[in-house]
Amino acid sequence: MLADFIQYDFLRNTFLTGLLIGIIAPLLGTFIVVRRLSLIADALSHVTLAGIAFGLLIEKKFAAGLITPLYSGMAFSVLGSIFIEKLRGVYQAYQELAIPIILSGGVGLSVIFISLADGFNTELFNYLFGSVSAVSQNDFYSILAISIVIILVIRLFYKELVTLSFDEEHAIVSGIHSKRIHLLFIVLTALVIAASIRIVGVLLVSALMTLPVAASMRIARGFKQMIIFSIVFGELAVIIGLISGYYFSIPPGGTIVLVSIVILLLSIGLKRFNYTPKKEREVK
Amino acid sequence: MNEPIISMKNIEYAYENKSVLSNINFEIPQGSFMGLVGPNGGGKTTLIKLILGLLKPDSGSIDLFGQPVDKFKAWDKIGFVSQKSNSFNKGFPATVFEVVSMGLTAKVGYLKFFTSKHKKKILHTIDQVGMGEYAYENIGNLSGGQQQRIFIARSLVSDPELLILDEPTVGVDYENVQRFYELLHQLNNEQNITLLLVTHDTGTMTEHATDIVCLNKTLHFHGNPKEYLSLSEKDLSQFYGHPVNIVTHDH
Repeated sequence: MLADFIQYDFLRNTFLTGLLIGIIAPLLGTFIVVRRLSLIADALSHVTLAGIAFGLLIEKKFAAGLITPLYSGMAFSVLGSIFIEKLRGVYQAYQELAIPIILSGGVGLSVIFISLADGFNTELFNYLFGSVSAVSQNDFYSILAISIVIILVIRLFYKELVTLSFDEEHAIVSGIHSKRIHLLFIVLTALVIAASIRIVGVLLVSALMTLPVAASMRIARGFKQMIIFSIVFGELAVIIGLISGYYFSIPPGGTIVLVSIVILLLSIGLKRFNYTPKKEREVK
Repeated sequence: MNEPIISMKNIEYAYENKSVLSNINFEIPQGSFMGLVGPNGGGKTTLIKLILGLLKPDSGSIDLFGQPVDKFKAWDKIGFVSQKSNSFNKGFPATVFEVVSMGLTAKVGYLKFFTSKHKKKILHTIDQVGMGEYAYENIGNLSGGQQQRIFIARSLVSDPELLILDEPTVGVDYENVQRFYELLHQLNNEQNITLLLVTHDTGTMTEHATDIVCLNKTLHFHGNPKEYLSLSEKDLSQFYGHPVNIVTHDH
């Protein structure tokens, strides 16, 4: 079944990009879920859509190649993430308000850019639900570079991110710069979302960041184990989802999310049948 | 008297024009075990937040280890166990080892990793609070008293000279409260860690503390446990702002 993905360049790019986002989306997702920020991924994906629509508009109306939708999407996503942080500071008692503000702003801008460009149906459909053929070699290299940066930054700031996620007050008292670390984290999230949209689409990107984590959370012992399980589940969902999406001619966003849900249901089932990892049984 | 670790002078703090703390003057000498008591809303947690630099006083000065709090950088010298510690997200899948390691994050510093020496220190601290066998257990699976020990270990792992505990025994059963005070006693006596304990449990606290401060908007009492225990119901009623009946009992 994998033969086509090895043989054809466009499928190979998609597959390799899929493997990358199968790592970075659940990796960031682990921190997003434990910090109860799951909806931020949704808000940012809609801002990214506005950026992509802007990029497509520029491509269509002016010169092609001047600004690619991947980069304009990324720029909008990062700006949106910084704006979310500012809004969370303004509405400290109602921090979740930042999410509908940014989400609706993103959708509003998208509608304007799309109508200014007189619609761009097929391409936009790919961005909404993902595509197995939309990843160019340049996109792949850009996403590879972004993935390396994200993994490196997470490795370097891992202990600060975990400490902040677990108990923000304690982290601040112990002298960690919570605002700076949080800003770094939210910008990384924005980059992951922009990078993932080619494959899973705007509407389903948050699923790839949260569903593998939700499954992993049921059975993991410790934070590191949760990250590892989340990435394994994310990769499984991407590989099975991409291949099945290609063979059944369905946008891969849909199949990836469905596979993630099956994995989630299995992990809930395992927990219900009282499965615990071997080491945990020994402790008890 | 030993050098003061905390020194507060003429502290005034108001929240939305309502005075919360007024004319606060006191020092915590090095090596002491100070119990801070007072009614709810009396400003105990606000006082702790001022000491930790989380709030700024409207006037007055706070010195930590001889340095003004706004210039103080050596936060690893201070361990803090918050009132909110045991209301953490129980579903957070962190092992005891991971939680205690968080106490070293700031001390190890940015862009640096935990070494095997740090890992040994973390395991040693978990042993010290008597939780060695649970090191790789998820913290959410432990009882309230056990979790409280883990939070103390998290504060102890950076070798603080001062440990501040804000109502740490709320919701912890009697047996665990006793073990908790034994641990504090040991930290104070054997490791010479200065302790500042905010509590409602004055009974057990008076058996271990060296100083007691009673706070209700301003300081009403500052003395040793013997002096505190000799206070009359009338004195205490005045401090607490409502009638107080002293009930002595053996648990």
